[in-house]
Amino acid sequence: MATQAAQQVNQAGLSRADYKGAPSTLCQGCGHNGIASQITSALYELNVVPETVVKFSGIGCSSKSPTYFLSRSFAFNGVHGRMPSLALGALFGDARLHGIGVSGDGDTASIGIGQFKHIVRRNMPMVYIVENNGVYGLTKGQFSATAELGLSLKRQGTNPFLPVDICLEALASNASFVARSFAGDPRQLKELLKAAYSHRGIAVIDIISPCVTFHNQDGWLHSYTYGKEHEEPLHEISYVPARDEVTVEDFEEGTTRDVELHDGAVIRLKKLERDYDPTNRAAAFQILEEANQSGELVTGLIYVNPEIPSMFDAYNLPEEGLNRLPAHKLRPTPESLDRLNASFA
Amino acid sequence: MAEETPAPASPARKPIVNDFCITFSTINGSGSATANNILLRAFFRMGIPVSGKNIFPSNIQGQPTWYSLRLSKDGYLARLERDDIVVAMNPATIAKEVGFIVPGGVLIYADDIKLTELRPDIIAYPMPVKQLVKESEVAPGLRDYIANMVYVGVVGYLLKMPLDVLRQTIEVHFKGKQKAIDSNFGTVRAAYEWAAANLTKTDPYEVTPMDRTKGYVMTDGNTAGALGSLYGGMQFCGWYPITPASSLVESFTDYAAPLRTDPETGKQTFAVVQAEDELAAAGMIVGAGFAGLRAMTATSGPGLSLMAEYLSLAYYAEVPLVIWDVQRVGPSTGLPTRTAQCDITEAYFIGHGDTQFILLFPGSVQECFEFGWRSLDYAERYQTPVLVMSDLDLGMNYWMTPAFEYPDQPMDRGKVLWEEDLEKMIKERNGDWGRYLDIDNDGIPYRTVAGNRHPRSAYFARGTGHDEYARYSEEPDVWERVLNRIAKKFETARNQLVKPVIQSRQGARIGILSVGSTDPAIIEALDCLQANHNLPADYLRVRAIPFSDEVYDFIRNHDRIYVVEMNRDGQLHQILRLNIPDCTSKLISVAHIDGMPLTAKWICDQITTQEAK
Repeated sequence: MATQAAQQVNQAGLSRADYKGAPSTLCQGCGHNGIASQITSALYELNVVPETVVKFSGIGCSSKSPTYFLSRSFAFNGVHGRMPSLALGALFGDARLHGIGVSGDGDTASIGIGQFKHIVRRNMPMVYIVENNGVYGLTKGQFSATAELGLSLKRQGTNPFLPVDICLEALASNASFVARSFAGDPRQLKELLKAAYSHRGIAVIDIISPCVTFHNQDGWLHSYTYGKEHEEPLHEISYVPARDEVTVEDFEEGTTRDVELHDGAVIRLKKLERDYDPTNRAAAFQILEEANQSGELVTGLIYVNPEIPSMFDAYNLPEEGLNRLPAHKLRPTPESLDRLNASFA
Repeated sequence: MAEETPAPASPARKPIVNDFCITFSTINGSGSATANNILLRAFFRMGIPVSGKNIFPSNIQGQPTWYSLRLSKDGYLARLERDDIVVAMNPATIAKEVGFIVPGGVLIYADDIKLTELRPDIIAYPMPVKQLVKESEVAPGLRDYIANMVYVGVVGYLLKMPLDVLRQTIEVHFKGKQKAIDSNFGTVRAAYEWAAANLTKTDPYEVTPMDRTKGYVMTDGNTAGALGSLYGGMQFCGWYPITPASSLVESFTDYAAPLRTDPETGKQTFAVVQAEDELAAAGMIVGAGFAGLRAMTATSGPGLSLMAEYLSLAYYAEVPLVIWDVQRVGPSTGLPTRTAQCDITEAYFIGHGDTQFILLFPGSVQECFEFGWRSLDYAERYQTPVLVMSDLDLGMNYWMTPAFEYPDQPMDRGKVLWEEDLEKMIKERNGDWGRYLDIDNDGIPYRTVAGNRHPRSAYFARGTGHDEYARYSEEPDVWERVLNRIAKKFETARNQLVKPVIQSRQGARIGILSVGSTDPAIIEALDCLQANHNLPADYLRVRAIPFSDEVYDFIRNHDRIYVVEMNRDGQLHQILRLNIPDCTSKLISVAHIDGMPLTAKWICDQITTQEAK
């Protein structure tokens, strides 16, 4: 069996091992490890060639994660809170590349809130994952900006401030794809990651990812127990790649809703209790606010609009990578300089 | 020669031809830049060496602004401390300006300005600005703008300029816009004719055509830097607006649209992104440089401060990028519209940890062009940030400068491996390939860039400790080995960068050492020292840090070295002392900062005072 599994390859001719990263050095049980493993699975199942992906991160436990998946992809671990600008510049190198950024709640909601909102506003095509645990891990347990009011942590006392809601911030900045998931719900997470990867624009996924060392207290939002008990999926979600026929047996007629992405892939949403429409921005604000009031953790695809022009639509870039242009395409002729000199004379 | 005192006014004075300074005092936002520019270009068109300096407030409209034109038959382009002629359009400042006029000089003023008391030793000409504007046929909304054309006509007549030169210059300035040409030239001609009919010229100042501007162009350093970057193949610019650097990027965008559109595909071969701040501008160009794009930004001191953290990452992760620092007066917001060389130590020491950066110092507009493309070559050759240290005087003022020369070397993309190169290297080295291996023993590793599809091309770039294979490492010996290897790159670069410019004089035992836009004042000061004080001095202008051997030799071979610069603390002087500790005692700081470009007179006074000690 083991040999058979090792030989199994996807349509890109690659095995699961080709999507792996280095062994994790994060704490055992850290939600971030589960996320890395779902990214690996999602990209394997999407038949992605690892060399077409570039990974980015800032600083913090979350930002270590890109080491733990896709060793065959280029990566850049930047400075704290400023992964978005790094990713933006790098992805202009070759617009055919796919960016996957991994950030944390400190990296995005505190030091990086400005760059986060601006990359969202520009609709830069990339997946933007926030591994959100409400606490600073690497510096040993300070409050982050997503920590809830009243949370108490060893050495820090009680948090006196209201939290930043990353999904609300993304929505307010005109994000074209906003989702929330929970590290303890691998099935939903994987489908959301696939949809995010196919989205042509910024795809923000706020993933509640408990910190087992500094903040996994029962009864608080960023814990496993709370997540398990209060997760309220908006819908069951399935991602159907463009090349597959759009039929999924599980879903009954009349209770599903399809959202077609730019590349023809479809996100199929199965209605749970309420008839939630993720293409309605006002409804997205409302559901986040209701969840906030009731202490629920709504997960799923909160908002998507595949029609918003991406950052690259504002530019007239070459089909091939900008970084592959030879020197003669980059340096105008001597005659053109003669004309310029004449115009200044 | 610099700063001689003219003889007192008398009707019999000998004409002063092509050798004087005119200052125009106006209110900013009133369109005076057009009028000043037309006069500058008209003199240039007449073949007379001329330089123009705009002294403007940090404000959009309604504040005093001055523009000084220096005509110099000897080709001196530096600022003068005196005015021969003042053209006064602003009643609020006229009293002060009159004080700057040399004895025997001229005041030309709008006749609605009430003069309280007039100096007896100057000649004053009123101009009926309001009346002439009223008589012109321009729309009332444009009258304020056209008002400045009155002094163009009056000055033109008084200096004996051919009216035709003004017409030609106006036609070029407003190319193709016949209505603008007609209204502007119409006003200039009316004023010229009014002056001919109503003024009796009693001053000695005049211009005659020369042949000393052939082969030169007239433009500003930011345009030149933009064009240098454009011909250097700059592909990505992330930037944030800041005076006096903004026009560099804006010029790039203007010129790149036609020049950098691929005629075969219609696609643009560059991208410019206005960032949300300088933190992001730095991040963007680090990302772009990592991905194999020729990346650049332009900023000034405060913006450079915000880029510091990413610069250290770029140093350690070995990412090529170029930053133009168009310096202005700091600290803090300082004097944002005045010039300085006060970011030299900031740029030199900007990194945290052990870092080093390549600094280039253009000393002319032509060098702004040259360093535009060279900086991109150096950044990729040495895989490190390059800072180009320009300043407001160089960047925003028009200068006559030798016509731009096409790069005499092919573009140097450095050690980049694409799929086939990498395959070849892996074969040659029996599979041993690592991003940070010093294969050529020059400290410079090979690199792959994102988009390379070779399965062994990818690496993990990071600011955290890493080994030669780009693997995370906290090993003490790995850290030290990698950091020392990076230092070796700069030793390799030291004698390969642009060499200093050296001027020698017979019998010189002292030297002047400087950087950047102090050049014209020093060139003039050298003549002044020789002619007026019999003090020959050699001159070395540093164009790159790390310093090449020539800089060390120059210092060792002179008795005393005067380090001339525009800041308070003698920043270049400090860096030289660190680098050449055995010569500290012979390095004398000649530093000054008040927001104005240095003058030859000031340099000359400082050095002669020191030498007399």
